[in-house]
Amino acid sequence: MKGEVLGGVGLQMSRHDNVVTAIDDVEAGAVIPYDGGEVGVEEAVPFGHKIALVELAPGDEVHKYGEVIGRATERIEPGQWVHTHNCRSTRGRGDIADGEEEVA
Amino acid sequence: MESFAGFDRPSGPAGVRNYVAVIPVSVAASAVADAIAERAGEQVHSTPHQMGTDPPEQAREQIERTLSGIGTNPNVGAAVVVELGTESTDADAVADAIADADRDVEVLRIRERGGTSASVEAGVEAANRLWADIAGLERTEQDASQLIFGVECGGSDATSGIASNPAVGRACDRLVEDGGTASFSETSEFIGAEHILADRCESESLRERLLERVDFRESAAQLMGVDLRGAQPSPGNQEGGLTTIEEKSLGAIVKGGTTPVRGLVDYADSLPVGGGLVLMDTPGYDIESVVGKVAGGAQVVAFTTGRGSTTGNPIAPVIKVTGNPKTAERLASNMDIDVSTILEGESIESAGDRVYDLLLEVASGKRTAAELRRLEEFAINELQPNELAQLRESA
Repeated sequence: MKGEVLGGVGLQMSRHDNVVTAIDDVEAGAVIPYDGGEVGVEEAVPFGHKIALVELAPGDEVHKYGEVIGRATERIEPGQWVHTHNCRSTRGRGDIADGEEEVA
Repeated sequence: MESFAGFDRPSGPAGVRNYVAVIPVSVAASAVADAIAERAGEQVHSTPHQMGTDPPEQAREQIERTLSGIGTNPNVGAAVVVELGTESTDADAVADAIADADRDVEVLRIRERGGTSASVEAGVEAANRLWADIAGLERTEQDASQLIFGVECGGSDATSGIASNPAVGRACDRLVEDGGTASFSETSEFIGAEHILADRCESESLRERLLERVDFRESAAQLMGVDLRGAQPSPGNQEGGLTTIEEKSLGAIVKGGTTPVRGLVDYADSLPVGGGLVLMDTPGYDIESVVGKVAGGAQVVAFTTGRGSTTGNPIAPVIKVTGNPKTAERLASNMDIDVSTILEGESIESAGDRVYDLLLEVASGKRTAAELRRLEEFAINELQPNELAQLRESA
């Protein structure tokens, strides 16, 4: 598998990623060793879903595969579930008028 | 060099199956085509679809290209083309294309034959006659470089990008190394990952064309004043952990492997033999996308699925690959290979080599789960108004 499983909980596909992918259903309270410290998982996260490793401010890029997969739409704390409720695509956004938000 | 046991064709690469295809040119002839295949037996396969009798010109060209491609796929040894008789889609043009590939072909006209019963009767006779001529063909050793391998993903989840797609990508790399062709499609699922594909394009002109096609698919959504969310990723993809189109695309493109992108062809256009990795510009709908590649000449398809898909194809065997351990268990009877072992530590190389071995086995006659269950979905991409407008402009 490409990447590294941190603490048997989440797969970090590239070292630059700020989220990991849960490799099984994860309960709140699970611990992910990261960057010399620990990230406590704050809520139950289903298999295949993402968990933040760092704090993200609204507008911050979310990285997986070493690439940008979207931006945070609200503040995300380390250990929180990252999904459609707090992360959005920047692409194919016909709902956003030109200039209102960067469509890069 | 790897090899498989396939069927020599009078022209073009070897087939991995030996079928008589029954090809309706419109929805009006589809039921008759189905009835013929049903009655004529196991080696006779129909390709029913929903295309109307009088499509706009550019759409008609695409339908004819698709049906001609299906009739000349290496897995087809002979064909019956069926029309009601009112279609602008030209049954004779499709039959001519099939004859040009040195296959025997007959055209059945329902109105001239005196209706459905008489046509089914005549069609069964024709199919059996055509089958008798190719039934004696035996498999012989063929070089793997003759294979055109179509790869597809559907019902994707987070395991698709982690396990099944990288494993199939490894199999594509192996085939390309052995001189064959691998192809993947679904341009709307390049969005967010196109820079990676663009960097791998063999020439600047190819790179520009690829980026134009992605831009067109993306702007189509913008033109309609909708966004891709909700449709891309689909609600099922989202349930499986995929949040954005970028995330889905980054996971999807790895199924094509890591070799340079050597070409980009239109929907159902002919894929080159010995062509390396070649992309096909198709919409993001699995069935139509698979059919496009089979019309392009793909003899075998690998279909990765995380959440579970059961789909097949009437002409090409479809190998189901899952990287989701729950799907591997729940849908065991619809899956051909389980690479969820990657999540437990099997290397991508090892799992990918298993996929490549299975590809050669299936090419040599091993039946896939979809074949055993006669799952043979078929649909032709219908050009949308914005695509028709663009084609008219560029004509």
